Amino acid sequence: MNDRFKMDEAQPRLLDSTGQGIIGTEMDRPDGRLKVCGAAPYAAEFAADRMAHGVLVRATVSKGRVLALNDESIREMPGFLGLFHDGTMLRNSAQGMAGEAPVQPGLRVDYHGQSVAVVVAETFEQARDAAQQLAVRFEAAEEVEVDPETAEAIELDEDSSEQFGDLEAAMAEAVHTVDSVYTTPGHVSAAMEPHASLAEWHEGNLSLHGSYQMLRFNKKELADSLGVDADRVRILAPFVGGGFGSKLGIGAEAVAAAVAARELDRPVRVVMARQQVFDCVLRRTETRQRLRLAADEDGRLSGVGHEDRISQLPEESFGEPTATATHFMYGGKNRLYRKEIARIHRTPSGSVRAPGEAVGMLGLEGAMDELAEVCGIDPVELRLRNIPDTHPETGKPYSSRSLAECLKQGASQFGWENRPAAGSRREGQWYIGCGVASAARSNSLVRADARVTLSADGAIVETDLTDIGTGSYAILTQIAAEMLGLPASKVTTRLGDTDLPGASGSGGSFGAGSTGSAVFLAAKKIRARLAEKLGCDVDSLTLKDGVARGGNVEKPLRDLCVEPICEEAGITAGKLGDDYEQASFGAHFAEVAVHADSGEVRVRRMLGVFAAGRILNVKTARSQCIGGMVWGIGSALMEELGHDPRTGHIITRDLANYHIASNADVPLIDVHFIEERDDQSNPIQSKAIGELSISGAGAAVVNAIYNACGVRIRAFPATPDKVVAGLEALGL
Amino acid sequence: MRSFDYRRADSLAAAREGLGEAAQIIAGGTNLLDLMKLQVMTPKQLLDINRVPGLREITETENGLKIGALVSNSDLAADPRIRSDYPVLARAILAGASGQIRNKATTGGNFLQRTRCPYFYDTSMACNKRQPGSSCTAIGGISRMTAILGVSEHCIAAHPSDMAVAMRALDARLDVADATGDVRQVGMDELYCLPGERPDIETTLAPDDIITAVHLPQKQSGAVHVYRKVRDRASYAFALVSVAAIVTRREQRIATAALAFGGIGSRPWRNSEVDEMLAGEVPGEPLFAAAADRLLAEARTEEGNAFKTRLTRRTMISVLREATGLEPASVGTDRVEESAA
Repeated sequence: MNDRFKMDEAQPRLLDSTGQGIIGTEMDRPDGRLKVCGAAPYAAEFAADRMAHGVLVRATVSKGRVLALNDESIREMPGFLGLFHDGTMLRNSAQGMAGEAPVQPGLRVDYHGQSVAVVVAETFEQARDAAQQLAVRFEAAEEVEVDPETAEAIELDEDSSEQFGDLEAAMAEAVHTVDSVYTTPGHVSAAMEPHASLAEWHEGNLSLHGSYQMLRFNKKELADSLGVDADRVRILAPFVGGGFGSKLGIGAEAVAAAVAARELDRPVRVVMARQQVFDCVLRRTETRQRLRLAADEDGRLSGVGHEDRISQLPEESFGEPTATATHFMYGGKNRLYRKEIARIHRTPSGSVRAPGEAVGMLGLEGAMDELAEVCGIDPVELRLRNIPDTHPETGKPYSSRSLAECLKQGASQFGWENRPAAGSRREGQWYIGCGVASAARSNSLVRADARVTLSADGAIVETDLTDIGTGSYAILTQIAAEMLGLPASKVTTRLGDTDLPGASGSGGSFGAGSTGSAVFLAAKKIRARLAEKLGCDVDSLTLKDGVARGGNVEKPLRDLCVEPICEEAGITAGKLGDDYEQASFGAHFAEVAVHADSGEVRVRRMLGVFAAGRILNVKTARSQCIGGMVWGIGSALMEELGHDPRTGHIITRDLANYHIASNADVPLIDVHFIEERDDQSNPIQSKAIGELSISGAGAAVVNAIYNACGVRIRAFPATPDKVVAGLEALGL
Repeated sequence: MRSFDYRRADSLAAAREGLGEAAQIIAGGTNLLDLMKLQVMTPKQLLDINRVPGLREITETENGLKIGALVSNSDLAADPRIRSDYPVLARAILAGASGQIRNKATTGGNFLQRTRCPYFYDTSMACNKRQPGSSCTAIGGISRMTAILGVSEHCIAAHPSDMAVAMRALDARLDVADATGDVRQVGMDELYCLPGERPDIETTLAPDDIITAVHLPQKQSGAVHVYRKVRDRASYAFALVSVAAIVTRREQRIATAALAFGGIGSRPWRNSEVDEMLAGEVPGEPLFAAAADRLLAEARTEEGNAFKTRLTRRTMISVLREATGLEPASVGTDRVEESAA
C-alpha cells in the first residue's frame, strides 16, 4: 500500500448521513452463534495429520545457566520424539508491536519460570509426562535480586521523568495538600484461552495456527526468531479467546512449535498449561506510586506529582507508563514526574489491559478522593473544578472530551447527591458507602490496511485484524454494511490471517478505530466507483438495502457490480495526532458494603458513564466496558500476583490462587454512553474504548470503602486483612 | 501425569482386594486428578469405587443420620434433613469450591483432600509433604493461605476443607472398613494427624482403609448453627478463616458450644477448652474475647499469615454474638427447629 490515507485533516461525518442505519446499533456478533455452539475453532482446536505434541520445560533457578540438558532421562519413554532447546527459545513473549524477535538467551536463565526447552511426543500426555520427568541441571547465580523494594539496581527512566514549574514550592504554598504512597501488586491477563500454537512447514514455508493479537507484527517476530524470511511465515488466528496484552507479541510456545516441527518434519502443537502462562508470559509490574497534590482553598490544583517505581528484567525494554493519565487529566501548573525501574529477576513485565492508566489511575483517583476530603469538597465537584481547558503541559487542545458530562450524568443517574457522610450508613453488620473516580484512556491511530470486495452476492471485508472477543467481526461488518447499503447478512468479514491486508492489530484500544477506518476508506472508494457507474455525484449517492440511488437514477446494487468491485485502503496517523491531545473519558460510581467484623468488601452496584467518540456497536462496546469494570473490581479487591521472596517466581500461578472477580463478586453493572464524535481521531470519529473502563474503576471501589467505613486503602488490593487493620486503627 | 492402571471395583469386597500398597482410591477425583497432572501425586494404580453399591444413600438411624461416602457434596448440601437439622453442614459445603466441583466431589473424598498450599503444588519448591525431609518452603514464602494452629517447623499447610470443619463441630464419626472388611468408627477428633515431623502422614487411616460412611448425631432442637467463611472473594476461594459454631442456650446462659475452625489449622481445628470455657456462661464480649485468647494462645504465625490471629478473633466473636442472640442472625446463622412431626 502506497497511498495510505494520512490523518492530517478532519473528515466529514459520512457515517451520520449514510442510510443503512446499522452503524452503532446493538447488532449481534456475526460470530456469536459459532462461539456459543463451539463451532469457532481456537488455536489448540486445529489438528493436522501426523501432528505431534510439545510441552515446554521451565527453568527452576532465578538467574544462572543450563548446565546439562539432554534427553537421557526421558529418551526411552513411550512416544518420545525429541527434546529441543537450541538458541531460538524465547526468554519471554515479545513486547507489543516489537516486530522483531525478543531476547533469545540460549543457555542463560534470567528468571525462574523461563522456558528453556520443549519436549515432543506422539501424544500430549506422553509429552507432558516426559517434560515433567526431564532432568535438567542448572547453575544458579549466588546472588539474585527479585524484590523491587530492596533491589540495588534501580534505574531512573529519564524519558518519563520531567517537571514543569516547581512542585515543592507549590506544595509549600498550598492551602490543601495530599502526599500519599499507593502500591499496586503485579497482575496477569489470565485470558480464558491459554497460549497455543500449531506449526506446520511446507517446502520451507511455515503456517502457524496461533492465539495472537497483532498478526502483522507477530509474523515478523516469529520469522525473526526463527531466522527465516517473513514472507515464508503465515499466521492464522481467526478466533482468539481473550488477549488483554498477553498475546500482543509472539510467545515461547510458537517458536518452540515451529522449531520442533521443522526438526521433526511433522506438524507440532504446543499448548501452554495455565501455570506456564503465568510463568513466562508478560505480567503487569507491581507499582509504588507517590502522589502529591497541591490545591488552593477552593480545591483548584496548583501542583501534581506522580512518581513511581516499577520492575522489569535487566535489558527488557517495556516500562509501565504509570503516569500516562496524570499528564492530561487535571490542571495545575507545577508538575513533577519521576520513574524508577527496579531491575530484578522476576517474570518480565509487559502490557496488561490498559498499561499505564489501569494502575496509574488507582493512585491518581485515590489521591483526588483524599484531596476532596481535606478540602471538604464533594469528589465529583472537585474533579469538575480541575478539568483544564487545554493540556496542562503541552497546551494542546483536546480532540474531544466529555469528562464533565460523564461525571454529571453519572452523578445524577447514580443518585450521588444521596451519598452519606463517611462511616455514617450501616445495614446490619455492613457499612455502606459510595465512591467515584474518573476514567481515561489515551487514543491512538495505528497503520492499518483492509480490502473490501463488492459483488452481486454481497460484500467481503478482509484484513488481518484479530477478534480477541472484542467484537471486531461485528464492527467491521457494520462499517462495510453501512457504507455499502447492505444488510449485515450480506457482508462477510474475514480476519486473523496474515495473507490478508495488514491491520493495526488488537491492542492499545486502537484496533476498532484504526482498522475500522481502513475498512471505511476501502468502502468509500467503492462508493465512488458506484457513483461513477450510476452517473451521479458521490455526495448525492444513497445506498440502502441493496439499492443505489443517485441523481434521478435508482438501481439494484447487484447490477452495478456484476464484475466484483475490489478496493484496498489504508490509514496512518497524521498531523492531528500531534496537534491534539486525544483520549477517551468516563466516570465510575460504585456502592460497596464493608463487613464490620471481617473487613470483607462486596460491591453492591456500579455505574460507568463513558464517552469514546462514535460508538460503533453499542452492545459490544457495553460488553467491553462491563468487562473493564469487572477488572476494576478485581484490581480493587483481590487481584494480586504473589512472588516468592527468595526466587521471585510467581506462586499464585493458577486461577484458584490468582483471584479474579468471580460471578458472586460482580453486582449489577450499568453502562451508559455519552453521544460524541471525535473529528480529529480518525475518519469514523471513534476513540479508544476497550481499555477505557478498567481505568479508574478500582479507585471508585476503594474510594467507596473509605466512604463506607473511613478506612483509606492505599495498598491494593483491599483484602479483608487490610480493611480489618484499618478498622482497628480507627478503634472499630 | 504418569501412566497408571485403572480398575473399577463393583463391591466393597472387590475394592478391598484391589487395594494394594500402590493403589489409590478415586471417587470424585476433583483434587486427585489435579495433583496427578502436576505429578504431585503419582499413583501407579487407581481404584475407582464409584460403582460400589450402597454408598450413595443418606439414611436415618437410631442415633442420627448416616451419610454414604459417595454422596456428592451437592446432594448432601441439598438434602432437606441436612438443611433443616444440620444447617451448619449445608452452609459449609455450599461455601466451598464451585457448583461443578461439588457435583463431582464426594463426602468421603472431601475429608481426604490435600492442602492447597502453593508450595505443595509447585514441584520446583521443596515440600515435606511431597518429599519428607526436603524442607518446607512455605515457611518464609508466600504464606497467606497457610495455617497458624497445629503447625510445625516442618509444615505450615492448612487443611482446606469447609465440610470437614462443620463435621468437626458436629462430632461426626466415620465408618472405616479395613483390609479384612471389619468396620470401625473413627471420630473427627481421631481422623487427622498433626504435621509434626512427618507432614506427609495426614490421617490415622491405613493405606488399605476405606471410608464407607459418616454418622451425624441426633439433631439438637433449638441449637443455633453458624457457618461463617471469610475469604478473599465471594466464591471459589479457600477460607482465610472459617468458623463453624453450634450453640445451645439455657435461659440466659450458653448451655453447650462447639466451635470448629477452617483456614487456620493444619487440620479442621477444634479446641475443647474453648468450648468448655463458653459452656454455662452468660454470653458477652469479655467471655468471647477470653475464649478467642484461649484459641489463639498457641498460634504460630509467619509474616504473611500473622493477620489471621486478628481476623480469627474478630470473626469468632462476631459469630458468637449471633449464635448467642446478642446480635440478630445474618445469612449463615440458622436455628434448628423442633420437628413438625
